[in-house]
Amino acid sequence: MCLFQFQSVMNYFPEEVLEHVFDFLTSHRDRNTVSLVCKSWYSVERFSREKVFIGNCYAVNPERLIARFPRLRSLTLKGKPHFADFNLVPDGWGGHVYPWIEAMAKSGINLEELKLKRMVVSDESLELLAKSFPNFKSLVLVSCEGFTTVGLAAIASNCRFLRELDLQENEVDDLKGKWLSCFPESCTSLVSLNFACLKGEVNVVALERLVARCPNLRSLRLNHTVPLEVLQKILVRAPQLSDLGTGSFTHDPDSETFIKLKNAMKNCHSIRSLSGFLDVNGRCLPAIYPICISLTSLNLSYAPGIFSNELIKLICHCKKIERLWILDTIGDKGLGVVANTCKELQELRVFPSDLYGVGNTAVTEEGLVAISAGCPKLNSILYFCQQMTNAALITVAKNCPNFIRFRLCTLDPIVPDAVTNQPLDEGFGAIVQSCKRLTRLSVSGLLTDQVFLYIGMYAEQLEMLSIAFAGDSDKGMLYVLNGCKKLKKLEIRDSPFGNMALLSDMGKYETMRSLWMSSCEVTLGGCKTLAEKMPWLNVEIINEHEAGEGEGEASCDDRHRVEKMYLYRTLVGPRKDAPDFVWTL
Amino acid sequence: METSVATELRLGLPGRDRSEAKIISVSNKRSSSEMDDSCDPQQESVVPAQKAQVVGWPPVRSYRKNILQKKAESSSDGSAMFVKVSMDGAPYLRKIDLKFYTNYLDLLKALQSMFKCTIGVYSEREGYDGSEFAPTYEDKDGDWMLVGDVPWEMFVTSCKRMRIMKGSEARGLGCL
Repeated sequence: MCLFQFQSVMNYFPEEVLEHVFDFLTSHRDRNTVSLVCKSWYSVERFSREKVFIGNCYAVNPERLIARFPRLRSLTLKGKPHFADFNLVPDGWGGHVYPWIEAMAKSGINLEELKLKRMVVSDESLELLAKSFPNFKSLVLVSCEGFTTVGLAAIASNCRFLRELDLQENEVDDLKGKWLSCFPESCTSLVSLNFACLKGEVNVVALERLVARCPNLRSLRLNHTVPLEVLQKILVRAPQLSDLGTGSFTHDPDSETFIKLKNAMKNCHSIRSLSGFLDVNGRCLPAIYPICISLTSLNLSYAPGIFSNELIKLICHCKKIERLWILDTIGDKGLGVVANTCKELQELRVFPSDLYGVGNTAVTEEGLVAISAGCPKLNSILYFCQQMTNAALITVAKNCPNFIRFRLCTLDPIVPDAVTNQPLDEGFGAIVQSCKRLTRLSVSGLLTDQVFLYIGMYAEQLEMLSIAFAGDSDKGMLYVLNGCKKLKKLEIRDSPFGNMALLSDMGKYETMRSLWMSSCEVTLGGCKTLAEKMPWLNVEIINEHEAGEGEGEASCDDRHRVEKMYLYRTLVGPRKDAPDFVWTL
Repeated sequence: METSVATELRLGLPGRDRSEAKIISVSNKRSSSEMDDSCDPQQESVVPAQKAQVVGWPPVRSYRKNILQKKAESSSDGSAMFVKVSMDGAPYLRKIDLKFYTNYLDLLKALQSMFKCTIGVYSEREGYDGSEFAPTYEDKDGDWMLVGDVPWEMFVTSCKRMRIMKGSEARGLGCL
């Protein structure tokens, strides 16, 4: 039966049946698809949808969200463009969550979960959130900013049924407040608490008592101010933890406290995920060996204090690891050990440790090749390296055809093949040709238009592409725009792509979430043309020069190159909260 | 090793004014075809002169950068304490920041990792007897001392440079 006939049959069923069927659709993509089938499916779907994902907060507005999904309980919002993570977006750009919380509060939405990424979250927002939604259960903030411990105190005090408070890599002003003590004695529902990114001290007595009264606590990530003695006491109270982020992990390894910690660790049979070690004494690491054997996720990337030898010894115990985040202090040799030991490895991230010239050595193509040869289940990699070669990438492509995410960052953005001195086009070409399921790719190193020809030809499933200091001409960008049918996000910096490429297929941008171009060759005139022809796009120019600086006139000239452009499809026209330095054309 | 203009990498886009180009100075690892094949393929010999001054590269979140910065600055009263380290038999020296470490164990582990050698365990009586290599240092008086004899803080302030000696040569020091 084809979909059309099936749909007609389905329409004879009462809406409750449709709704029940849709209940089985959990991915927002599937839900979006069924809502397009016909009016009645759209209607049933929208009344039954509880979880909404908005990848760009400016693509819609709170009013439309609430109008369409009145039963909304769980909202995910993403704000600033990805390159904001690397200081390419000035402060004050936008991405405020307050209007969303305000609108949902006014409309009586029964919000239970809020997950935000790269958004500006003020203390007022957190206070309003805490007071407006009596059933609020879960707050996850990733790479956000704008709030202080005062806002956290509001959440702790007012959210009676809070299950999850997960703060990942946020810029939080720690006013040394007593936010943790604000969890009332009646709060016993916590399942997940992550405050690793906070810089200030917390009331450790309050912390221990909180842990003691929350029997469902499964995930706890401490910040660096929580000393090892306290960790030991917490582990005794909460041996059921499955995800642990240690705070400080440094102590005299001969002390009684440390021995107690070792014993407490041995008793934690459920820990599958480990992170932290923000302050660490390598001689304390053996305490975690007993749990290493069961670990599936290990994040040591915040621990520059662990040396290569110690890392290697530790990893030898981690035979079931599926996700590993480490620093490049592990070295190629260490990666060889990973390759021999971690046969279940699926995701590897190797971060650079030496951003300040201390003299640590990095990893090279050797480590990557070893991993690709030893870990058959590898499908996701982020690899910062000193150097790379085409031969290595070609080998990696042969060994690992299953990559879904492949992100390579050479520390020198335009370094050529370390052996042949050629561009790395062929290497990346091999990757895209072999990895038919690749959805995310970041390229780096010396690259010409050729690599983009390969990407356009072979990367059929590619959704996100990051380009920096690459390509020779507009052809490069054209290959990508013409070839990658599923492209959703394209971000380009410092590459010679200009108006010809930008304007060649303007309709393409309506099929994408966003395009970022900075320090490229597009001009103001080109951007204006695009904005004129495409009313469903917001074309924003970020212009950081003050008007009076004499740059003013020049920067209004259509021939002038645009420093930063960010465009995205939207249903709601130019945003009203754009700051002075953002011009929507 | 000479850096020819051809291998000097610039970040200017084609057509841009040269003066606008942001220059990175990088080591030309293996870029010269006259490079001796017998050199250690790891090529740690040419330490990058300075990290590139490019905004947002490498692409690492501020949160992560701050952690590394904290570590780089910690255990230091402000300034770093770079000393040269040579190893018998190695063609090139390294430089390390003594303030980066907080004890002998960490330092020795780092040296072993850096020079790919085994230094072994220190003992007051035997020094590093039995190991392939022994770490020594030149102190303020110009004397060559065995690493580990004096308290760590004293060592950091009096160490002018280090030399990792072959075990056989170091035996003389250890017996004193």
